[in-house]
Amino acid sequence: MPEEKKKVINSLKETGFYKQDRMYDRGKVIAGIVVFIVVAALPFFYNAGKAAKMPEPKLDTPMIQQLPEAERVCVLPTDEMRERHMVLLDEWRDQVVREGKREYTGFTGKKYTVSLQNTCLACHSNYDEFCNECHQYTVQTPVCWDCHIQKPKEWAG
Amino acid sequence: MLGLPYTKAEGMGRMKTVEEKTPTIDRRKFLKITGLSTIAGLLGGWKCIELLAPGELEATYLAKTEALTAKRWAMVIDMKKLTDDVAARCIESCHHIHNVPDVGDPKREIKWLWLERFENAFPGDEHEHMAESLEETRFLVLCNHCDNPPCVRVCPTKATWQREDGIIMMDQHRCIGCRYCMAACPFGARSFNWGDYRDLVKNKSPEYPPRTKGVVEKCNFCADRLGKGEMPACVEESEGAMVFGDLMDSQSDVRKIMREHYTIRRKPYMGTSPQVYYVI
Repeated sequence: MPEEKKKVINSLKETGFYKQDRMYDRGKVIAGIVVFIVVAALPFFYNAGKAAKMPEPKLDTPMIQQLPEAERVCVLPTDEMRERHMVLLDEWRDQVVREGKREYTGFTGKKYTVSLQNTCLACHSNYDEFCNECHQYTVQTPVCWDCHIQKPKEWAG
Repeated sequence: MLGLPYTKAEGMGRMKTVEEKTPTIDRRKFLKITGLSTIAGLLGGWKCIELLAPGELEATYLAKTEALTAKRWAMVIDMKKLTDDVAARCIESCHHIHNVPDVGDPKREIKWLWLERFENAFPGDEHEHMAESLEETRFLVLCNHCDNPPCVRVCPTKATWQREDGIIMMDQHRCIGCRYCMAACPFGARSFNWGDYRDLVKNKSPEYPPRTKGVVEKCNFCADRLGKGEMPACVEESEGAMVFGDLMDSQSDVRKIMREHYTIRRKPYMGTSPQVYYVI
């Protein structure tokens, strides 16, 4: 049987059926792949060794500067705010809109009016240097600003 | 015998074998089981109490002490007292405080508080021989905060709902812009944001967020102001022509006016039970 099979294969090879042991347009294809890899990897090589600037949210707004040193705290400890301010904001939203509860007691016992535009942004009046600093770094585009105004005072004129 | 698979006697026999196989329980086992069950019950009960007790959320969020509350908010508009000037000021104040844009195009406009002719405000009540004053008067109209709100019933996302004090609230965070509520409202009190209208607001307020493209909005009976202890903006500007109060309090201003005057409501035949009353 093997003998016969070999014969058949050989005859097929002669007809060109088995001639594809070489790649068509080998040079062009391989060159193309190399060019593609280089182009795709270019940003990585370009930025290699350079770390992106760490975000540094600024706290030097007039309202914060006015506060005495000891009272320069947010409604929750800084670590907690950094980690879950988005969860807190969702809570604030639901409590105000759904429950009509407009007073929040911070971790120091201080009472705050529950409002993004009137409370958060009153101290953090520097959207670009505060909110956007980290949001840009982590590629976040929160939908808050579809409605809420980033700089309400300037907007209202 | 009547097609039964076994005779009565056979059936009795089978029951007897089941009885024989029932496991017996001695005193020691019984005490063990009851003891364990008691502990499990206590633990479960304790957990239930913990779950149902007011948690962190309830403790840290409170309504403001100065907030105005009522069992059922309602409004009376005294058209005898309301002049065109005052009406214009009421509208201006409302639109300023809530950043209501002036779109211009009646097909795309945003309406919170606006003026209507008698035949449009009270269709069916008009006739050819009405007093001329009624024909000339422009009626101040707004969301009626109905007792039986059709808008709430059709909302698929619960973006609009009725508060316990009767105010029909609107949560733009949740609105998907389907506009069922607009179709359901017989008063045209709801408007759709066809685009980003924030720059069309004439006299902007920094305190209230404007709305975005694709959400429905309407008068909220100034729920935001009530929460801070303030009366609705239009009421404050109205020089007594608009009265706001608790319908369930027989001594409230709204009830006093209702006792003294004949009051009518818009399209009562629609069955929505509007809570804005008019003295005409």
